[in-house]
Amino acid sequence: MKLRKLLSAAASTMLCMAMVAGCGNSAPAATQAPAAPAADNTASSGKLIKVGIINNDPNESGYRTANDKDLQKTFCKENGFDASFAYSLKNDEQITAAQKFIQDEVDYLLLSAADTAGWDTVLKDAQTAGVKVILFDRTIDADESLYEASIVSYMAKEGQTAVDWLVGQGLDKYEIIHLQGVMGSAAQKGRSGALDTTAKEKGWTIVTQQTAEWNAEKAQQIVQSAIDSGKSFNVIYAENDDMAKGAVAALDKANISHGVGKDVIVMGFDCNKWALEELLAKNWNYDGQCNPFQSSYIKDIIDTIESGGTVSQKTIIMDEKGFDASTITQEDVDNYGI
Amino acid sequence: MTKRLDPNGGGSVIAGLFRNQIFIPFAALMLLAIFNLVADPSFFAITLNNNSAGYPVLSGQLITIIDNGSELAILAIGMTLVTASSRGQDISVGAAIAISGSVLLRVLCGTDTRPETMQAPIIVGFIVAAAASMAFGAFNGVLVAYFRIQPMVATLILFTAGRSIAAWINNNELPIVPGEEFKYFGGYIPGIPIPTPFIIAILCFILTWLMLKFTNIGLYSQSVGINEQTSRLNGLNPELIKLCTYVILGLCVAVTGLIKVSRLSTINYSVIAKDIEMDAILAVALGGNSLSGGKFNMAASILGAYVIQFLTTTLYKFDVQATALPAYKAVVVIALVVFSAPVVREKISRLAKKLRAPKTAENHA
Repeated sequence: MKLRKLLSAAASTMLCMAMVAGCGNSAPAATQAPAAPAADNTASSGKLIKVGIINNDPNESGYRTANDKDLQKTFCKENGFDASFAYSLKNDEQITAAQKFIQDEVDYLLLSAADTAGWDTVLKDAQTAGVKVILFDRTIDADESLYEASIVSYMAKEGQTAVDWLVGQGLDKYEIIHLQGVMGSAAQKGRSGALDTTAKEKGWTIVTQQTAEWNAEKAQQIVQSAIDSGKSFNVIYAENDDMAKGAVAALDKANISHGVGKDVIVMGFDCNKWALEELLAKNWNYDGQCNPFQSSYIKDIIDTIESGGTVSQKTIIMDEKGFDASTITQEDVDNYGI
Repeated sequence: MTKRLDPNGGGSVIAGLFRNQIFIPFAALMLLAIFNLVADPSFFAITLNNNSAGYPVLSGQLITIIDNGSELAILAIGMTLVTASSRGQDISVGAAIAISGSVLLRVLCGTDTRPETMQAPIIVGFIVAAAASMAFGAFNGVLVAYFRIQPMVATLILFTAGRSIAAWINNNELPIVPGEEFKYFGGYIPGIPIPTPFIIAILCFILTWLMLKFTNIGLYSQSVGINEQTSRLNGLNPELIKLCTYVILGLCVAVTGLIKVSRLSTINYSVIAKDIEMDAILAVALGGNSLSGGKFNMAASILGAYVIQFLTTTLYKFDVQATALPAYKAVVVIALVVFSAPVVREKISRLAKKLRAPKTAENHA
């Protein structure tokens, strides 16, 4: 028994260590945040605002890493916040963390839910306890009255922007390999939905439609399989950068040219810095942004509430761009790469 | 001491084949091959083309299978030994691959995530990564052997923490290794049309074969797995042998990590080698090895690993609907396991009859 306790203590210490390390403080990426209000009404009152932030694991993706860094940077002591962080990719663990934050009497609960369902009870508890909830990045299936605001990326719009760009390319024929993310995730639904609809309208051929679960290796295998089966295609629509990278590895192996003015158009999402550099080198054609910098939006809302105002909009959709390899500049890479 | 099962009792050649353990994965492989042959013979086409770097490479579905199945096969070597000696599985190999890959990148890239040139020779990086992953293997091994914690529970620690440790090693950055040489390990060496992962795998198989032939590790780990007390009475040190198998698995993890990282010259801590531990365990099971330790057949495990990749590639080839993919895989796996079950049962009951009359069979029902 004693041993087991010791071990579990060791394990949790390790976890905590990793977590602290994961939230490293060097933040070269988060440069894009629009100027936050300089005069900080909260700091002047002398009391720190307690916020509990529930997020997905920052190691999940480059997006999440940038997102977490951005939040860490904004909700610090200097800005008048006393922030605690909890990370999990599992809904039940997140709900437990939320309950703990409510017990700790935080003023604000910031939430990026792993799953859309199951939040009603805990959010009602929060309301009873006077904790204000702000959702970021992910929406949930709960009544709007249970939260102050929701700051989200509109994935369907991201997908639509990309598909509109693809329509604008005016290809003779559209034969598309569609690499999907983890099925059922908001990003997958939004990005797949736009392509599915347009492909049906315009009579495009979807050569292969398969989930690579955001995984580069799986994407490589799927594209490899399409090549080995002798399928003809001229567009790769990958729902994130990693999968686009895997696809390109398969293309390189088969000596199929890709990029601006080449045989195959490569499209990715998320605007990782290395992906934008591929665009700059004209090896890829398009990359859609998924804006991870919500913290300034959240801070605006908290400032509004703290100064007694009301939030006019429940759902705030962030600005997101799509980059074309023929027009992207080094400046874009520096500003928008995550 | 274990005794090889005698194919006695006047068995014909076919009966002998059935009794051989490698029959199970072999039959599974044949089944998949026949299915593909009937459905679309072009599955077996292999062509020689140039890749974008201008070197000739073989390509085709079969090449994809031996290419992508190799990592799993290498892991299956270590997993088989661990299973045999410690009567349990290491579920932390996926996370350990992330750590080993991360260490490798750290050494090759230094503190800069986007260096112009490699900061250290690849071999140095690999040795450091191998040392790290063998150390983590030893950590698991010590928990299992000396603290007598169940393997699955002991390795759960690293399973949970491993990917975070991996991210921490590189400060949660995603370094990219410059240069073409590093891509050889997961791709092709210029001029050699066979995928390098397969060559590495073959080297590993030869080394394993030599190890099993010229050292006693195979025999010792089986006897420890069958009966620890008897082994001790025969002068073996069960703890040390278990520890050894975990360290060997650590080395397999490092090789796999090298291939995985080399494929893309970078790493993604949360998805690299995701769920590979389950596939590695499945490879051991498909090889007809008992997951509760003891006797093993290494070749059958390795073949089992390629069967899994064969199945994956087949499913991709036939464009099985994304949402239905895991279900199909599950159905096939269930079919394979059920198919192999009576044979295993028969073997075990015969073995049980030999050792002592009653009782053993129901443990494996």
